[in-house]
This record gives sequence, structure tokens and C-alpha cells, in this order.
Amino acid sequence: MDFSDFFGFFKKKEPASGSVAKDRLKLVLVHDRVDCSTQVLEMLKGDIIKVISNYMEIDEDELDINITQTKSDNSSGTVPVLYANIPIKSMRRNSGGN
Amino acid sequence: MSEVIVITSGKGGVGKTTTTANIGCGLAIAGKKVALVDADIGLRNLDVVMGLENRIVYDLVDVVEGNCKLKQALIKDKRYSGLFLLPAAQTRDKDAVSPEQMKKLCESLKEEEFDYILLDCPAGIEQGFKNAIAGADRAFVVTTPEVSAVRDADRIIGLLEANELNNPSLILNRLRIDMVEKGEMMSIDDVTEILAIDIIGVVPDDESIVIQTNKGEPAVTVEDSKAGQAYRNITRRILGEDVPLMELKVEETFMDKLKKLFRR
Repeated sequence: MDFSDFFGFFKKKEPASGSVAKDRLKLVLVHDRVDCSTQVLEMLKGDIIKVISNYMEIDEDELDINITQTKSDNSSGTVPVLYANIPIKSMRRNSGGN
Repeated sequence: MSEVIVITSGKGGVGKTTTTANIGCGLAIAGKKVALVDADIGLRNLDVVMGLENRIVYDLVDVVEGNCKLKQALIKDKRYSGLFLLPAAQTRDKDAVSPEQMKKLCESLKEEEFDYILLDCPAGIEQGFKNAIAGADRAFVVTTPEVSAVRDADRIIGLLEANELNNPSLILNRLRIDMVEKGEMMSIDDVTEILAIDIIGVVPDDESIVIQTNKGEPAVTVEDSKAGQAYRNITRRILGEDVPLMELKVEETFMDKLKKLFRR
């Protein structure tokens, strides 16, 4: 008779703390890494404005480019997204693309 | 050709000073001319870990302020030929030097023809950190397999890369292989997957570190110290040798064997 796991039968099986740590860390770092990049965000904004301005005239005062959170489709919790709302004033006639 | 390596972590107490002392000692024993620099102004410890606390006359701040020449402040370790220590000041704080001054200091050390200049970085991300990385060519990031240490290491890696110290090497310290096998500690693969930088060494948790620090003699010189062996391996990897990671096994005690017998 094996009674060594008597209470184990009734206890809910918990995942080992090592893998809990790993999962928690991965999530925490997604947020940490995104928060760190305000300087990068400013540079990114500048680059986006430059590129889009090749194709259309945009309202630089009214635009909003930011990193925010949104609900993830496949996992619980949120994922970071780059959100850009750029009002167009007019399309350029001789734009760089096709 | 001198190489300036900063040993940093973000988190305090993970083993930067111990690592600096042991790698420095290991490189000196391998025949290199090594300067250990304690950049933790105000909370110096490299001197005590190296057992050189009674030999301090001048310190890093004295050199930067021009109170003495660099050669006067450098302590020659009588046990290991080629090993020198530049201690930190104990009664000043991290504002006593600037990154530019640290850069100049590293240049002066390079002129003394050291093969390796190891900078023991203080914990944190403020002035002390900025000073320590200013003159560095390369960085080692020390962490333990614990949530807070890895999180801070990640931040530090980001800051290093922002300061053009790319491809830092990871040293995973205080690994408990028994806990890893039970799933109660993150493994080497877990940590390297999360931090995504090359690993240069894994140091097991080892009582000999405490014992050797008590005596002021780095564990790298102790034949049967597991941590010492790990540091010897890291030294060899720094010197370009391809050394496989130490095989860390859980040691079965007699009681473990007995228990196994009764389980059947």
C-alpha cells in the first residue's frame, strides 16, 4: 500500500516555483522594456513623421503616437501596442510611392 | 593591448565584487598584468575581499583629484605577480568623480600596460554606474537565478547597450543545481532565454566563497572549490579558450541512498 502520496491525492497540483518565476519574469520584462523606451519613442515619432510627410501633409500638432496596452487575443492579460493617430491635411501630388 | 571590462549587475549582492576578485586573480595567475579597480566609492569592498585592506594608502579619488600619482595608489598584491588593486575611497560618495574623469583614469591605466583592467561596478543605475561604465570596452553582467536579480540585469543590459557596450557577457552566480532539478529554481537555460545574451560562466552556490572571503583569499586559488573551478573556467574563456560549462550534479548523500532503498 503506498500511502506516501495520500495527501497529494487531495491537494491541487501546483506548478513548480521555478516555472512560475520564469513566466512572471517574462511578463514583467515585457512591461519594463516598453517603459524604458521613451527616448526611443521620441526618435520613432520623428522618423514616422518624416516618412509619412513624403506621401501626405499631416497635422503635426494634432498627431498622437504612443505605446499602450491592449487585450491580447490568445493569452490572458494585455500586450503592448504602438498606437498612431495621424490626421491628414492633404495628399501630396508627387508622392514618393506608387 | 589593454582591455577594460566592467563587471555590473544592477542588483546588489549578486556577486560582482567576488567575481571581479576571482577573475582578476585567475587572469594574473595565468600570467597577465591585471588592475582591479573598485568603483564603489563610499562602500568599498574589493579591498576586503582581496585581503588587501591593510595596504591602502591612496585611493581612486586621490588619483582623480591629483593628490597622488596613479602608481602610488595602485597596490601590488604580493601573493599574485601582476595583480594590482586601485581601491575606492570610503569617506566620499559617488559624486566625487565624473564619467569623464573615469575615462581618463582608464586611459592612464592603459598607459601602465595592463592586459586587463577590471572595474567593480556598484549596484544601481545612477552616478556610480555611469562612472563605472564610462571607460569600459566590454561588460560582464552578473546575476543570480532569482526574479529580482534577473529583472535588474535586464534593465542593466538595456542601459549598457544604450551606452554602446554591446554584447555584454552573462555570469550566472549562486546556482543551486539541487533546487533546479526539483523545479524550485530557474535553470541556466531559463535565464539565458530571458536575458538573451551570451553566457560566459555559471558559478554554483558554494560555501567556499564565504570561507575564502573570510580569509581574504579568492576561491579561484582553491583546488577543490567548485566555485573556484567555475572562476578558473571563466578566466580561460576570457583568454579565448573554449571551455564547456561545468557539469553540476546533485550529490547523493548516504541518507538519500538509504531513503531510496526504503521507498521500494
